[in-house]
Amino acid sequence: MSEITKLNDPEKELIAPGHRSCAGCGAIIAIREMLRATGKNVVICEATGCMEVTTTPYPETSWKVPWIHVLFENAASVASGVREALDKKGRKDVTVIALGGDGGTVDIGFRAMSGAMERGHNILYICYDNEAYMNTGVQRSGATPFGASTTTSPAGKVSFGKSEWKKNVPMIAVAHGLKYVATASIAYPEDFQNKIKKALTFKGGKYIHVHAPCPVGWGFESSKTIKVAKAAVETGMWALYEVENGNFKLTMKPNRKPVKEYLTGQKRFKQLKDEQISEIQEHIDRTWKELEKLESSDVNLLSIL
Amino acid sequence: MKTVMEGSNAVAHAIRLCKPEVMAMFPITPSTHIPENLAQMVADGDLDAKLITVESEFSAMSATVGASATGVRAFTATSSQGLALMHEVVYAAAGMRLPIVTTIVNRALSAPINIWNDQQDTISERDSGWLQIYCETNQEAVDTMIQAYKIAEDKRVLLPVFVCMDGFILSHTYEPVDIPEQKDVDEFLPPYKPEHAFLDPDKPMTMGPFAYPKPYAAMRKELSKDVMKAKAVVKEVHDEFAKKFGRSYGNGIIEEYKNDRPIAIVAMGSVCGTIKEVVDKRDDVGLVRVRCYRPFPKEELAKALKDKENVIVFEKNVALGLNSGAMYPEIKDVLYSAGSKARVNNVIGGIGGIDVTKENVENFIERLKDKEGVVEFLGGDPNE
Repeated sequence: MSEITKLNDPEKELIAPGHRSCAGCGAIIAIREMLRATGKNVVICEATGCMEVTTTPYPETSWKVPWIHVLFENAASVASGVREALDKKGRKDVTVIALGGDGGTVDIGFRAMSGAMERGHNILYICYDNEAYMNTGVQRSGATPFGASTTTSPAGKVSFGKSEWKKNVPMIAVAHGLKYVATASIAYPEDFQNKIKKALTFKGGKYIHVHAPCPVGWGFESSKTIKVAKAAVETGMWALYEVENGNFKLTMKPNRKPVKEYLTGQKRFKQLKDEQISEIQEHIDRTWKELEKLESSDVNLLSIL
Repeated sequence: MKTVMEGSNAVAHAIRLCKPEVMAMFPITPSTHIPENLAQMVADGDLDAKLITVESEFSAMSATVGASATGVRAFTATSSQGLALMHEVVYAAAGMRLPIVTTIVNRALSAPINIWNDQQDTISERDSGWLQIYCETNQEAVDTMIQAYKIAEDKRVLLPVFVCMDGFILSHTYEPVDIPEQKDVDEFLPPYKPEHAFLDPDKPMTMGPFAYPKPYAAMRKELSKDVMKAKAVVKEVHDEFAKKFGRSYGNGIIEEYKNDRPIAIVAMGSVCGTIKEVVDKRDDVGLVRVRCYRPFPKEELAKALKDKENVIVFEKNVALGLNSGAMYPEIKDVLYSAGSKARVNNVIGGIGGIDVTKENVENFIERLKDKEGVVEFLGGDPNE
């Protein structure tokens, strides 16, 4: 209990209160949890997005660690330059993190992320995934889930919302030959932080994709962020796993609840009919069957590259 | 001692002498020989720098920005489409006041795709806040590289610099060049020591924040003033270089060549060598070469041009929608403000690598010497 009290002391956090994030913002929770794991000896290279805008309204900043933002789509390339410059200065001890939202990672920043991972710079890429372009007002991204209504994939008379499935970037990260890739959720802070700490024990590129619900964009009460994040994991909508040295391991094996429990209560899914809900449920069942097969097999994902 | 070498190789040696600590490189014709030469120098242990072989020019400039923001001397080079792809980062680098130096081997922009020389690429970045210096010879490109870091890192400047050299005409041409001694360059260009902005966990700092309208406008206004003020430093560094190395390029800002005649041609880059040969054979025409294009040398040009009868602005770019080159209205502005009565004409030439010969220069002088307000396009006749 005393440990928890200590963690909640705002003075000890490396992200200061007073930032302009919305009430119940999942992304700022992800950042707070991230910084608890990295500690002070870190440089954060962040993409344009909600977290950049809300934490650095000039002349104020919420960051108590060195932080740089340049553009939307180049967090990973900026991090490449920062890493090599620090190494040249003999500061190999400093952790370098490239941080982007889902738009800044899976879409517009994808080339930069892929390039940096392929080159093997000693950096950790963290994607906070709130499943749409929230900073510009909830537009569809490659990470928006099937069935979600956004302002550019709206539900309408002849549409139920986004008709494509979520792009699987953690697995694409694995395909770069990274020694450590993981998914995480803000509802499981200990798991997220342990994964960051573990990632940082590996030299080279590492990738963590953290699920971070957005009350405004998803349409739920701001007091329910953690509950929604937890429901994503408990229904199997968001799988928590890690791929360490090519070995796939599910780090959470929930007794999966029906996905309907996750979908109801979020405005972005309210238009879905039983037909689409069944389709999502079948997709989850099929995916999990394969993930469980993968885990129980001795397939090494790095060996097939 | 002079050595005959390729322009790109000569410039790579100049970069080596500047001891960059991080270089982010991506190949594009005609600048590719620069990263190739630098990579070999790193491979041979002749240059102790981190070489990042990025996946695009966009990331080349982004990684260069990251390195510079960490407080080290950073370098990249590119041409044409590469610079166009960097565009967004180019503006950010200047706004963040990072002293990056980038060699641009000038090349035409698509479409249609064309690999040869003109200056549309850097002209299209003229409002970005970068200083732009255009070189006439490979020796000047070598010397300007060394000057550029000293200018960029000066506390009164802290702005990025483009060193521009014409593609193929300079980059792929073998000329005798004098590569300075490391000892002399070290004396001229001390190691870079950032004082107020760099990423270091021991001194946490937020770089590249979000700004509301008032602070944004204030920062842009300050940037605009500071780019203009950098001109004095460009000149000062040029003069200091001349004193130490014995080579100078006009007054460092513009070069006046036989400019005591009634007609003046204004031009930039390697074509000035051709124009000088024509000037030597005539008694009515001189040359004013713009070396430092950004900041734009308004005062120097006013002084050099205001009493002319005729000013012919020769440019390797087209301002589409204006139906002239980009510098033509700028020169007119200078002359109008100076109360000059000079007639002004414009020649757009060398586009997409079309040769500009002495005959071309002779001919446009003859055609335009009694004219006013004519804009000519050399080449580009579909029947040619």
